Amino acid sequence: MVKFKNIASLVIVSTYLFTTQGLAASAGVELESADIDPSNIHSLQRGAANFMNYCSGCHSAKYVRYETIGKDLDLSEKMLVDNLMFNAERTFETIQASMPSDDAAQWYGTTPPDLSLMARAKGADYIFNFLKGFYVEAESPTGVNNIVLPGTSMPHVLWELQGYQSAHIENHENDDGSVTTTFEGFEQMTPGMMDSEDYDKFVRDTVNFLAYIAEPIRGFRVMLGKWVIMYLIFFLIIARMLKKQIWKDVK
Amino acid sequence: MAKIEVEVGKSKGGFMKWIDDRFPFTETMRYHVTEYYASKNFNFWYVFGVLAFVVLFIQLFTGIFLTMNYKPSAAEAFSSVEYIMRDVEWGWLIRYMHSTGSSFFFVVVYLHMFRAMLYGSYKKPRELIWIIGMLIFVVLMAEAFAGYLLPWGQMSYWGAQVIISLFGSIPWVGDALVEIIRGDYSISDITLNRFFALHVIALPLALIGLIFVHIVALHEVGSNNPDGIEIKSNKGADGVPLDGVAFHPYHTSKDLVAIIIFLIIFFSVVFFAPDMGGYFLEHANFEPANLTATPEHIAPVWYFTPFYAILRAVPDKLGGFILFGLSVVIPLFLPWLDRARVKSIRYRGWIYKSALSIFVVTFLVLGWLGTMPADPLYVLAARVFSVIYFAFFILMPYYTTIDKTKPVPDRVVYHG
Repeated sequence: MVKFKNIASLVIVSTYLFTTQGLAASAGVELESADIDPSNIHSLQRGAANFMNYCSGCHSAKYVRYETIGKDLDLSEKMLVDNLMFNAERTFETIQASMPSDDAAQWYGTTPPDLSLMARAKGADYIFNFLKGFYVEAESPTGVNNIVLPGTSMPHVLWELQGYQSAHIENHENDDGSVTTTFEGFEQMTPGMMDSEDYDKFVRDTVNFLAYIAEPIRGFRVMLGKWVIMYLIFFLIIARMLKKQIWKDVK
Repeated sequence: MAKIEVEVGKSKGGFMKWIDDRFPFTETMRYHVTEYYASKNFNFWYVFGVLAFVVLFIQLFTGIFLTMNYKPSAAEAFSSVEYIMRDVEWGWLIRYMHSTGSSFFFVVVYLHMFRAMLYGSYKKPRELIWIIGMLIFVVLMAEAFAGYLLPWGQMSYWGAQVIISLFGSIPWVGDALVEIIRGDYSISDITLNRFFALHVIALPLALIGLIFVHIVALHEVGSNNPDGIEIKSNKGADGVPLDGVAFHPYHTSKDLVAIIIFLIIFFSVVFFAPDMGGYFLEHANFEPANLTATPEHIAPVWYFTPFYAILRAVPDKLGGFILFGLSVVIPLFLPWLDRARVKSIRYRGWIYKSALSIFVVTFLVLGWLGTMPADPLYVLAARVFSVIYFAFFILMPYYTTIDKTKPVPDRVVYHG
């Protein structure tokens, strides 16, 4: 029994290591948890609207079909056409950016990346902090920089909502001459249409939607998984009885 | 006078006789299944051979369906994987089973190999089974490596870049060899095509052929057991080993329980954590291969990391490559490195028990170090543990000779 307890705790500890360690190294700053809830369909619906209004002008989600969103987020075809499909005719189409990618490359120096899988590549926390992490930097071509992705060519698209903030960045010189840069926090410069709580919610909904489109099957996958495991446990009991029966004469 | 003669291993009449006269079906079934006797005291560690077979089946089965929808071209590979994940009916399940299967293949094979080290299964007369097993392991590594390029993600591309470039460190022929592997001056569409061919045809064929020989060799000498006793030296009047029970129905019914437990764990990962926090499906691989942007941290998938840590521990590229190759191949010599008179860990002395424990810890630590960035402290640790890794094998002839062993009983220990 003791042995099994040890194995169980080992499994738990290693699962914990697996899940926490995965994305930690991607940025120098500590990432605040996005705290998204993939089962909150209203949050996902709001996120879909946010995405289509603020992201899809420049970013595609070229693997994501409108009809899949409609089915999963409980939106009728009419709602899709009226509210989400700005540059598409049929619901089976995928989400394409409105801005031609050649123009984008010319204007921003790079084509805005496709967002279908961004949440799986970078993690929800990363995007959450990225969208909250723009701060004013006069020398930058876009007038802003980002604490999560320094030197990003993306402008602060959500400035109307968040307003502008400045960042306290301290350069501390070490004894050996190297410089350690620490981020001390943001300070609001000009207010936006939203207060910081509403803006957090706005970003959280958007990130929730991005996490959803990165793997639309996730909800069904987890639901089906429970049934599969239950079936296998039932089958295990029968197989165990069969084994006992067959082995009962072996001395 | 009519002479009635029933040949051994043939059915007496009917359809099966017709078959048996033309193909040794009944004889084969008896020899390998219903009258193949293996020790009745098999424990937990003896299920991983069968489980490796189960994973092989999962990989072949899901692989066929993936091939129906996957496009092996640099332009389309990444998109076709997303097509499988999103648009193909049940494609996501097939793909997750295949990606999880590759990791589980290594889990199972590592435990299978560890079993052999616990109970001395590689020792006489089973040296050839072990050697073939090691060949299977090397082919499996090549198979996994080729397969990892196919999704054409960032880590697929850059991981392959790092490993293939290693061959370039070989003197004289290195550059030519790298060109042959890539089929091009860089990893390209052509490389992807040939890795696809290797992954779906050449290497699986080699794998299946070797596994067939592995099992034929095993059934020739018979399975070892946790006591390391040859059950064939204690036969009853009917010629059946006293401590043996038939593979079917005894071991098959036991294996069925193990297979279901395995499937519960396997499908828990498939359904609830298919990327295993970035260890089974690496995060960077959700970005398509980008030839102009190197990921900030390139790490191979977890099952290669112990050997990768050894590779990085050596400052010289060629030296690292040689030690990397040696670290994979050196277990092949275990049958001759191990000089102990007993097979099983149950009757070995404290020296081997300690050595094996240290080896297990070393292997795990090296695996962890292989996933970490090459910081000086980690590299130093990798060097220390690489030395221990090789010391386990190189010093084995010495410490297994002086180790005090216990007397081995005549019959296997079985508590019913």
